[in-house]
Amino acid sequence: MSGQSQFTSQLKRYYSLYTGGVIGFVVLLSILEQMGVPNQTLGYIFLGVTVSLYAGIGILSKTSDVSEYYVAGRRIPALFNGMATAADWMSAASFIGLAGTLYISGYDGLAFVMGWTGGYCLVALFLAPYLRKFGQYTVPDFLGARYGGDGPRMIGVFAAILCSFTYVIAQIYGLGLIVSRFTGLDFGVGVFVGLGSILFCSFLGGMRAVTWTQVSQYVILIVAYMIPVIWLSVKHTGNPVPQIAYGYVLEQVTAREKVLNDAQTPDGAREAEVRAILKQRQTGTEAKLQALDAGGEKYLAAEQKRLQAKLDALRKQHADEADIAITEQNLNAFPKTVADANSAWRGEIEADRLKSSPIAAHAEPFAGPDEETRDNKRKNFLALVFCLMVGTAALPHILMRFYTTTSVKEARLSVFWSLLFISLLYLTAPALAVLAKYDVYTLLVGSSFSELPSWVSAWASVDKALMNVSDINKDGIVQLAEVTIGGDLIVLATPEIAGLPYVVTALVAAGGLAAALSTADGLMLTIANALSHDVYYKMIDPKAPTGRRLAISKGLLLVVAVCAAYVTSLKPGDILFMVGAAFSLAGSAFFPALVLGIFWKRANKIGAIVGMISGLSVCMLYMYITYPFFGVNAPLWWDINPISAGIFGIPVGFVGVIVGSVVSRPPAAKVQALVDYVRYPNMAGDEGRGAS
Amino acid sequence: MQVSERHQRYWRSNLRMTGMLLAIWFLATFGVSWFARELQTLTVLGFPLPFFMAAQGALLIYLLLVAFYAWRMGKLDDEYGVGEDT
Repeated sequence: MSGQSQFTSQLKRYYSLYTGGVIGFVVLLSILEQMGVPNQTLGYIFLGVTVSLYAGIGILSKTSDVSEYYVAGRRIPALFNGMATAADWMSAASFIGLAGTLYISGYDGLAFVMGWTGGYCLVALFLAPYLRKFGQYTVPDFLGARYGGDGPRMIGVFAAILCSFTYVIAQIYGLGLIVSRFTGLDFGVGVFVGLGSILFCSFLGGMRAVTWTQVSQYVILIVAYMIPVIWLSVKHTGNPVPQIAYGYVLEQVTAREKVLNDAQTPDGAREAEVRAILKQRQTGTEAKLQALDAGGEKYLAAEQKRLQAKLDALRKQHADEADIAITEQNLNAFPKTVADANSAWRGEIEADRLKSSPIAAHAEPFAGPDEETRDNKRKNFLALVFCLMVGTAALPHILMRFYTTTSVKEARLSVFWSLLFISLLYLTAPALAVLAKYDVYTLLVGSSFSELPSWVSAWASVDKALMNVSDINKDGIVQLAEVTIGGDLIVLATPEIAGLPYVVTALVAAGGLAAALSTADGLMLTIANALSHDVYYKMIDPKAPTGRRLAISKGLLLVVAVCAAYVTSLKPGDILFMVGAAFSLAGSAFFPALVLGIFWKRANKIGAIVGMISGLSVCMLYMYITYPFFGVNAPLWWDINPISAGIFGIPVGFVGVIVGSVVSRPPAAKVQALVDYVRYPNMAGDEGRGAS
Repeated sequence: MQVSERHQRYWRSNLRMTGMLLAIWFLATFGVSWFARELQTLTVLGFPLPFFMAAQGALLIYLLLVAFYAWRMGKLDDEYGVGEDT
């Protein structure tokens, strides 16, 4: 034991030095910035140094020992496993997307905050200590040993790959976006640069390398997230603890919302004016859409001609430059086909409808015009929280991490550390959303178009979908309804909103990159291990020498990486949906069979097979028939959104396991003994089993 | 590998505690959210209560739950002699 505590204190020393090093590096770069080094170069240095740091840790931790490769030798101290789990857990969606979602949807977005933290209660109470006591290598391992035979293991492998792959696509997508935005490289190149560094970590050292890079990635991502928010909090409230200070800011935001929604006040009257124009524009587009339905291509061609004529006329009259420019832009962006026009105009109608209606109060739960809408929102909020929580307690790349601690006691403790490190970010995100909203509502709204804050014009020139302001009622003053903000902007632009130097922006980009890389690392390793350990070693060739097992795992890692990069390059859909889908799928497939496997001795092989297949099928079926991407568009069941498909899959999975077990014979005595083995941290006769 | 009376008592205390903590988890998460609109008028530290609970309160409760579980189970392990170092 003293060896272990020496190891822990050594680690603490290393990582304290490392954290100091990171801060020193940021200071050094800000000095370089003061000396006039251009932003682009700073961005390159930042990404280059962090990525090679991760790769360096990967090379240093290379291993050819099976236990080191799969479970980092089972000697990761609880504190560090907590940090690694936190980095494994917090993806690009948490780092970049969450605060933006909260900015846009207010209270209703908090479903993600609760869902992505509360799941750890389930991990702690139902899984982590027992899986650690079981002490093998993967989640399908547990299913295989507990239920016997290759059937449950095989379904486990399939489900693990399905949800990890869905999840990893979302990560690589985020990776490509960050790298391309901050270095100017092409999206595809960005994907491969990121992927290369992931491979460097996990390829040589497996779980051991991934663990130590994840710890260092956690340090970078949390520092990058906190610095700008603390600064912003000091700027608006004088209090450096944003989590406490933003209650006061929220009150002000709420007061400001009332003013902007009240047409009797001068500010409210200006908003109402803009909203009326937007309403009119929306009606106009709706009429166009109707004409398109009736006239098809002919109408589209006529409409294009009309726009061309308008442009010509404007030019002839030497009209206002801005008007000419806008008309020209409209003509260039004019949809080419009926289908394009249809989707583009529908999008415009929806955007105008949103902006022409009164702003929803940030802190109001389930806002809606009537009782039915509000009930609906409440139902979906609770369903989403439930799916995210159960999914958390079922995602293989997270559960796998609890195999790496030294003991059952440490595994329990390590769930606490994980949740603590995760909560640091999740307690901050809602504060950031409110602080940014305050800035926009009070400083941007009401300012003059000739003197926009510099971050507004900077981001507007980068990407119109992230930031766009246009003087719709031509009064020279910014109204809220004239501002378009994309959710991802909030985190990316906070350093500039807070008036911090560019170095901090680059740090935030590096933080986002760390979040995406660390999660992708864990996921790819899960997929490769499921294939090499569960399929190849356990099912195809149990006598395979360790050298070959590891070689196959590493080879598969490459194959998985290439597949993931290929699928990502097709740019499939919405990141948030893919992430949510992974949770629903994991929850439906794994949670019932895992929990009942520990808490109900009577659960058997037939039950597990029936439960996993039925839960997963119901979940997949519901997503398939209701998510617009697949084009079936069947009516929703009880108005539940496709992202929460797990609300049907999880109960069906439980019923499946129970019914399947009850109608068939109880499991063998050996299996029942295994259940006892995992339930008690130490039993007479334990020696020589499991723990390797 | 004999499961004695002592082991069964340990397991029953574990189940009792797990159930209790799960109930708290459930109330803090789903109970409060279900009545969010009705609780809107109460305030904590300047926040409306439901917003505070979803953004901070629930998270702090989760942390306490997990910490309590780790601490209490450690004690139970020793009490019933099933701990790893005993």
